[in-house]
Amino acid sequence: MGLIQYIVSRVGAYLIVLFVGVTITFFLPRLMPSDPIEGYIAQMQNQAGQSMNPETIEELRTSMRKLYGLEGSIVDQYVDYIKRVFISFDFGPSLASYPKPVSEFIFTALPWTLGLLGTALVVSWLIGNIIGLVAGFYHNSRWATLLEIFGVILYPIPYYILALVLILLFAYIWPIFPLSTTILPGPITWEKINSIIYNSFLPALTLVLAGFGWNILGMKALSFANKEEGYVTFARLKGTPSRTIMFSYVFRNSILPQITALALSIGGVFNGALLTEILFSYPGLGLLMRTAIGSGDFNLLYGTIIMSIVSVATAALIIDLVYPLLDPRIRFR
Amino acid sequence: MKMNFRLKLGIFILAFFTLGSLILPLFNDVDPSQQGTYFKNLPISGDHLLGTNTQGQDIFWYLVYSVRNSLILGVGVSIFTTLISAVLGLSAGYIGGWYDRIIMILTDSVIAIPSFPILIVLGTLVRGNTNFFILGLILVIFGWAWGARTVRSMALSIREHEFINTSRFSGSNTVEIIFQEIFPYVFAYMVVGFINSILFVINTEAALAVIGLSKVEIPTLGSIIFWALNYNAMFIGQYMWIVAPVVATVVLFLGLFLTSTGYNQMFATRRGHA
Repeated sequence: MGLIQYIVSRVGAYLIVLFVGVTITFFLPRLMPSDPIEGYIAQMQNQAGQSMNPETIEELRTSMRKLYGLEGSIVDQYVDYIKRVFISFDFGPSLASYPKPVSEFIFTALPWTLGLLGTALVVSWLIGNIIGLVAGFYHNSRWATLLEIFGVILYPIPYYILALVLILLFAYIWPIFPLSTTILPGPITWEKINSIIYNSFLPALTLVLAGFGWNILGMKALSFANKEEGYVTFARLKGTPSRTIMFSYVFRNSILPQITALALSIGGVFNGALLTEILFSYPGLGLLMRTAIGSGDFNLLYGTIIMSIVSVATAALIIDLVYPLLDPRIRFR
Repeated sequence: MKMNFRLKLGIFILAFFTLGSLILPLFNDVDPSQQGTYFKNLPISGDHLLGTNTQGQDIFWYLVYSVRNSLILGVGVSIFTTLISAVLGLSAGYIGGWYDRIIMILTDSVIAIPSFPILIVLGTLVRGNTNFFILGLILVIFGWAWGARTVRSMALSIREHEFINTSRFSGSNTVEIIFQEIFPYVFAYMVVGFINSILFVINTEAALAVIGLSKVEIPTLGSIIFWALNYNAMFIGQYMWIVAPVVATVVLFLGLFLTSTGYNQMFATRRGHA
């Protein structure tokens, strides 16, 4: 029964996170002191040289309130918003390229973000954890110290700095990679796949490097603690080769907290991915947000944000659901 | 108590940045964000330690004010996030039950929700009309959760100790137990949490500023990079404009990180388990 209880509690937490996230997204902007519609009207009036008459302004205000979903009391708006997001998955039309629906933009951008983020996350998690394992297991060697210093220096560097340094080094000083992303249109061919890899390399490298420090330091501490455990001493006395001890004993036990930490850190990594996409003009959700901000397209902006919350929560849920496969204690509780 | 190498190096870096950015402005009466104060594109010299940029601003002085403002914002916001996470974490861990469950649902949700997209919306809405106070308030909303989570798990384990029962049977009430018995144990961690929070705040503000959604008229470690990118500093070979803030950010963040892990290590050793 332990497993079923585990799954139910995880799915429950998933739904709560979605709900709280969507609720915060709804209420926070409404608590802000500025009203985007009044701002927009003021801007239009300035452009028209204050020549608009009050009736036109009032008409404009009503039609814009309708367009933004701002009619009725705040409770009505909230219920309507929740209904649209969770039941019909409808974010309305894009305001900048009316009447193309927002969801169309999102589903074009989403595969790029997921592909970039997924690849980078897997690569940095695997390599980072292996480096951390070696550094923790042979903690007395000089190599281990060097690897740890590498982790300590890399860990606190923020995403945008890594992205800028890589752009500076490999797109300006030694221009072997493109400055911003340009991907061939048309059907999937070898040429197109090549161009995708070529254009995605630097953004992916940014995310991999940013994840490295955290993975190395976390795994180093865990494997260092685990290698002092009784069962490791027993295996050593039994004559188990040290490589087997490292992978089958220490790694197997150290990896579990690292998986939990991965699920918790996905939100932060996703934040970094959005910023990286913006800096590299990579055609994912991050760039879409940037476009939406630039054109004042609030429907598109809200759509991308809800989609971000949904993808992050879903990724964390998937990790949580894979966890029992690796931890027998949950399966046989 | 013996300070380890990490902590010493970290405190040295932090002292360098804090004292430098607080004291140096006393000897300068030129507003660094004023454009056209000096000739454009001057090379590095005794008068302009890092040269001037295409807007005729002195890069060194702009950087000094940026570090100062970022540090002030970081410390100011972190005082509040640390207080909130201490109160919520301690009470949730000690009181337990439904109260704990509700606080934890809220905490885990704030951790799991990607904050950056929401910050982008808020940044877009208040753009131009924002001030440092509102920006700080928004950062507080997203900054308290990690700390609260850690404090709560510590309070949860301390609650089981014998001296808590002793204190309760001696007539202490919940508030007294939380602040007199549990708080001293959590304090060392709160220092670590406070420093980590400074890192988070400076980083988040800078990330927003780099894409132009903070108050970019005020020099911060992010807005200096925003202007450099905006005026294509790299394209026209003004490398110092972008390299200087990048190096300063990396060293400052390294200092914060070394201080927090070094301090943690020192207290772990003192508590008897490394």
